[in-house]
Amino acid sequence: MGKTTAEKIFAAHLVDEPFSGTKVLKLDVVLCHEITTPIAIDDLIARGKDRVFDPSRIKAVIDHVTPSKDSKTATQAKILRDWARRHDIKDFFDVGANGVCHALFPEKGFIRPGNTVIMGDSHTCTHGAFGAFAAGVGTTDLEVGILKGVCAFREPKSIRVNVNGQLPKGVYAKDVILTIIGKIGVNGATDRVIEFRGSTIDAMTMESRMTLCNMAIEAGGTSGICMPDMTTVEYLWPFIQGEFASKEAALADYLQWASDADATYEQTIEIDAATLVPVATFNYKPDQVKAVTEFTDNRVDQIYLGSCTNGRLEDLRIAAQILKGKKLAENVRGILSPATPKIYRDAMNEGLIDIFLDAGFCVTNSTCGACLGMSNGVLADGEVCASTTNRNFNGRMGKGGMVHLMSPATAAATAIEGKIADPRKYL
Amino acid sequence: MKTFGGPVLFLDRADINTDEIIPAKYLTEITKQDLKPYMLEDLKLDGFDPKGEKTLNARVVVSRENFGCGSSREHAPWVFEVNNITVVVAESFARIFRQNMFNCGMAAIELPKPDLDQIFSHAQDADASMSIDIEAQTLTMTGGGKQKSFSFELSPFDKALVLAGGWVDYADTKY
Repeated sequence: MGKTTAEKIFAAHLVDEPFSGTKVLKLDVVLCHEITTPIAIDDLIARGKDRVFDPSRIKAVIDHVTPSKDSKTATQAKILRDWARRHDIKDFFDVGANGVCHALFPEKGFIRPGNTVIMGDSHTCTHGAFGAFAAGVGTTDLEVGILKGVCAFREPKSIRVNVNGQLPKGVYAKDVILTIIGKIGVNGATDRVIEFRGSTIDAMTMESRMTLCNMAIEAGGTSGICMPDMTTVEYLWPFIQGEFASKEAALADYLQWASDADATYEQTIEIDAATLVPVATFNYKPDQVKAVTEFTDNRVDQIYLGSCTNGRLEDLRIAAQILKGKKLAENVRGILSPATPKIYRDAMNEGLIDIFLDAGFCVTNSTCGACLGMSNGVLADGEVCASTTNRNFNGRMGKGGMVHLMSPATAAATAIEGKIADPRKYL
Repeated sequence: MKTFGGPVLFLDRADINTDEIIPAKYLTEITKQDLKPYMLEDLKLDGFDPKGEKTLNARVVVSRENFGCGSSREHAPWVFEVNNITVVVAESFARIFRQNMFNCGMAAIELPKPDLDQIFSHAQDADASMSIDIEAQTLTMTGGGKQKSFSFELSPFDKALVLAGGWVDYADTKY
């Protein structure tokens, strides 16, 4: 019987099955940031076990609040920084080189098809875009991962989502994933992997695939997964060209991780891309989704472009295309956080930053900050934000604030009109 | 092993997320104890008072589907732990929260809806209390002069983590 990508990765990384249904896997990559790692570090020190299983397999970044905003965040950054130096973790990204983890680590080529990846961050599922099994975990799992290079999982069943056809004008990966979450609900994929398949996904860039996989967790999914293909190889090529004689050879190797044609799925969902429209969330759950045309006069106070979901160059290009020569609506403020310094620089070189500045946006450094209400754009009570991020929970971007999740295109159209707007008329 | 059971806090809503349990702005605290005053601060639930007597006295939380969804922050189980809540009983849990509970040696117990409905019938009882026997996998709900026991499933791994006091100790002896 055929296997899914997740099943293949589990079989290849199995260290132990202490009980039926629990699989302890060897980890290829352990990712760390300054919010969830310091307590693990302090606990390891307290236990007299301040060690790391393999410094070359650990990657760390200060990204959630950076540069530090106060003594507490400075302390968190310092604990991570000192630890990385102490253990000779070469891939540590500090102020000046740091960016949002799930944009930065892929950009560095750290994630490869067939990898097992954990991080103390729920959006770790993003890295499944590379044909990897990538799961968000808590600090204790992270701590054991750092110390032992293993993590225990219930082997997840896979849900296959087939998206076929060409996306209509104004519809992007964000609209696809919000529509899927709206369909299956915020716990529709709990303890499941969501495998994104079909011609629409095949045609997507790695950036778009990351947007899809990023929000698998918003349906409860353990990891999103896309099949490795030539798009994956092209993206990774600068980092892997020493390992393979040709791109074709790399692809042939990576395809060992692709799901078999006769793999079994718990559930298969079919989506016709032609039927999709630009959507946004309403209320306080990411499965509360409706077409942007159904919103009437939903005024916003702030536009936020950025995050591990939609802060990549492709996202900035889409938003800039709509905002070119336009201004933010009256009484609306705009914030752009390019997700990494490279994205920032590329956007600048392409003239995109000028477009945002001309429109009246504040362009900040690369940070998670506002997405979770920590810094750089926190909402006040009663304020509404049109955001390209991933969560619209009560208080998420600031106590008493309201968040509408949407694509960069819809956010840009909303910036112009000051209320939730259909991007299609600007394209 | 930790101790389990006592007064119950009823949170009658599905999809309670970890941002509601402990808002991100408090994730800059370096010690678990410092999280204590902020438990459930942003919970969206009519009539709920994060500073109320029922909240502060609770030892057990009872809720509905998909409890603990959203962010992976283990600060959510920790804020319960430092407030002496070591058990959450719900119809279902988000994966990361559930694992975080067991990894800390605490219990995330799933019960079917009919059982939970019976437990929720005690929501107005001033003396609503639950005792939990992890070994026997049973819990007993007491309140308003009534008492009823329920059995629950626990994966052998999760049970081993509770008995071991958490995943770090368990993994350290084994791997």
